[in-house]
Amino acid sequence: MGILLKKKERELVVPGEEIIKSMDYLPGRNCFREGDSIYAKRLGFVSINGRVISVVPLSGVYIPKTGDMVIGEIKEVQPTGWIVDIKAPYDAYLPLAGIKEFIDTTKTDLSRVYDIGELIYARVASVSGTSSVHLSMHDPRCKKFKSGRIIRINPTKIPRVIGKMGSMINLIKTSTKTRISVGQNGMIWFEGENEELVAKAIKLIEKQSQQEGLTDKVSELLKAGSKGDKNEKD
Amino acid sequence: MKRIDGRKEDELRPIVMKAGVIEQADGSAFVKFGNTSAIAAVYGPRSLHPKHLQIPDKALLRTVYSMAPFSTTERVKPGPSRRSIEISKVTRYALEPAVFLEEFPKTGIEVYIDIIEADAGTRTAGINAASIALADAGIPMRDLVAAVAVGKINNNYIVDLCGKEEEQTLCDMPVAYMPRTKQITLLQMDGDITLDDATKLIKLAIKKCEEIYEIQKQALKKRWMG
Repeated sequence: MGILLKKKERELVVPGEEIIKSMDYLPGRNCFREGDSIYAKRLGFVSINGRVISVVPLSGVYIPKTGDMVIGEIKEVQPTGWIVDIKAPYDAYLPLAGIKEFIDTTKTDLSRVYDIGELIYARVASVSGTSSVHLSMHDPRCKKFKSGRIIRINPTKIPRVIGKMGSMINLIKTSTKTRISVGQNGMIWFEGENEELVAKAIKLIEKQSQQEGLTDKVSELLKAGSKGDKNEKD
Repeated sequence: MKRIDGRKEDELRPIVMKAGVIEQADGSAFVKFGNTSAIAAVYGPRSLHPKHLQIPDKALLRTVYSMAPFSTTERVKPGPSRRSIEISKVTRYALEPAVFLEEFPKTGIEVYIDIIEADAGTRTAGINAASIALADAGIPMRDLVAAVAVGKINNNYIVDLCGKEEEQTLCDMPVAYMPRTKQITLLQMDGDITLDDATKLIKLAIKKCEEIYEIQKQALKKRWMG
């Protein structure tokens, strides 16, 4: 079986490169089959999970998926909903039914709920086949951002920012005492005592996402950063 | 036969390829063949406007080829010309078969190719750069596209013509090729040659495209492995 495998696990592949020549395996995410072989569709690292071959991408834009939490900017207020820019190829629509409060459209102006330019944390409620994206605020995590900061990174790096079972994000949250909301679309909101340090940590993760032992590096940065802060105060 | 710049008949000019040269673009690449340099930037897939251009079941690939005013000895007037519109179109045709356009319905993928230095073979340099930039942007592709021009001077088949050779050659034939799927995606020719010559030239171009393909792969891997 080892002979069939043209690429090792975690090896970098470019589009069109053969990963395995075997009918016993299945093409997973970012892979396709042609003849007997499975090829990479995108630039990324090979990942083998049982009999499924997939490629973890290194770059690319955000493609909305049902259930994702995203940060979006209100682009337009319409009579019965909002058009939201979620930094994806498709604009998202937040219908009136998607928000928690009841609003009488004859009496209230919708821009008083969310106005143009405001940022919200929303859940992707549905993505239809024709790629129209609907959002919803029916989730305890959903909110409107009134203060704090936002940075944008490549959406393919978001899984690293979150870490295994949220290990990375919890590390940052606890050691900097900030509140952080991560959008799957690459937008990250945070507010707290040491925002500068959080931004630095996130940028570090984005830059070195393909390297191992990232959690240690980040915790080192956070330790050094919080110490430096104390020295300044002294 | 010794060529004008001292190369062997089937020798390519010194090649430099680099991925990820433009921070703001989703994907980008720089390609240099001797004195011809091209920069390609890819944006998208992103929402496409005006709306009537949207295709319901696939993405629209837009390519814009342009030559910088300072790219040749004579100043090139900026903006689209008859020639640049044609090259934009053949570049699009050369790249389209490689991209999984059906994965992003109604969107647009934009490829901007700028020639900053021209010494023949600008469209092939542009295609090479665009193909690296598309892969760098994380766009799903069937294969990379490699391209090279071939020609014939006094019974000699030569590859990757430079500007002076282009003036002398009996024929100039740019070829774009997908090495994995073994498909030709661009084949143009001007000049006057026999069918036998043309077949030999295409075979030579394919061989050289395979070499270029390896350099393209290395450029992409270098960008991400540091």
